[in-house]
Amino acid sequence: MNWTEFLAMGGYAKFVWPSFGLTLIVLILNIRAARRLHRTAREQALRRLGTGRTQP
Amino acid sequence: MSWTWFHKLASPPHFYRIAGRLTPWFGWPAFLLIVIGLYGGLVLAPPDYQQGEGFRILYVHAPSAWMSMFIYSTLAISAGIGLIWRIKLAHAVAAAAAPVGAWFAFLALATGSIWGKPMWGTWWVWDARLTSELILLFLYLGCIALRASIDERDRADRACAVLALVGVVNLPIIHYSVYWWNTLHQGSTITKIGKPSITFDMLWPLLTMIVGFTLYFGAILMTRLRAEVIRRERDATWLREELAR
Repeated sequence: MNWTEFLAMGGYAKFVWPSFGLTLIVLILNIRAARRLHRTAREQALRRLGTGRTQP
Repeated sequence: MSWTWFHKLASPPHFYRIAGRLTPWFGWPAFLLIVIGLYGGLVLAPPDYQQGEGFRILYVHAPSAWMSMFIYSTLAISAGIGLIWRIKLAHAVAAAAAPVGAWFAFLALATGSIWGKPMWGTWWVWDARLTSELILLFLYLGCIALRASIDERDRADRACAVLALVGVVNLPIIHYSVYWWNTLHQGSTITKIGKPSITFDMLWPLLTMIVGFTLYFGAILMTRLRAEVIRRERDATWLREELAR
């Protein structure tokens, strides 16, 4: 496979790559957001319950 | 038919554990399918006879648009179940799904806009397909904002459910908009009556991406739901035992 040709996307590079890039960024950010949401909920609940490591 | 399995699944402690166990079973197949779909769409699929290599945006645009509608259906069905049978977990599903759906509606609009520039000569037109998809994004944002603005959880659940159900009318409008109105947007690729208007070399990466995105949503939904269940069950004794483990 010719890399230069592949990256050029037949002249559509500046439309194809931003589309794919944006999609992948949003997919990754959503994974991180979901994990952070779960972690924060857990930590808050633990603090409230007064059990576990996060106890002050 | 016995419904015990359903009530057991819908019980928060049971669901919390199941959701945790299910997440990797959604996540890893999703990852694999998206990688295969990207390779198929960017490398293996032949260029389009009209749009050349530019058509490859299809492989992120169509799955995003599909997800924006699939997630809205999920949201509306759970909201309906929550309203009718008063199942708490159903409202939790609606709450957890809305932000993810909003992101996919945004992606469908953004990638569509980027695709529109070289093919139609414009980033945006106020035609039926684009406008109804924009309304879908606003419906998601409306659900999120409405939930955030009501403190009492049961009232927030019910208000959001009503909004979600009213918004369902937009789904067939989005789907049929390309047939009912004159539009720049091309017609359906896969669900056209009769045969799909796409060759198999181009079709399989698209289907792979769609299934991959759907499983990805499954993994994200499970994780967001666990957070939602914790927040809703924060005074329950099972949570104390579960989190202490």
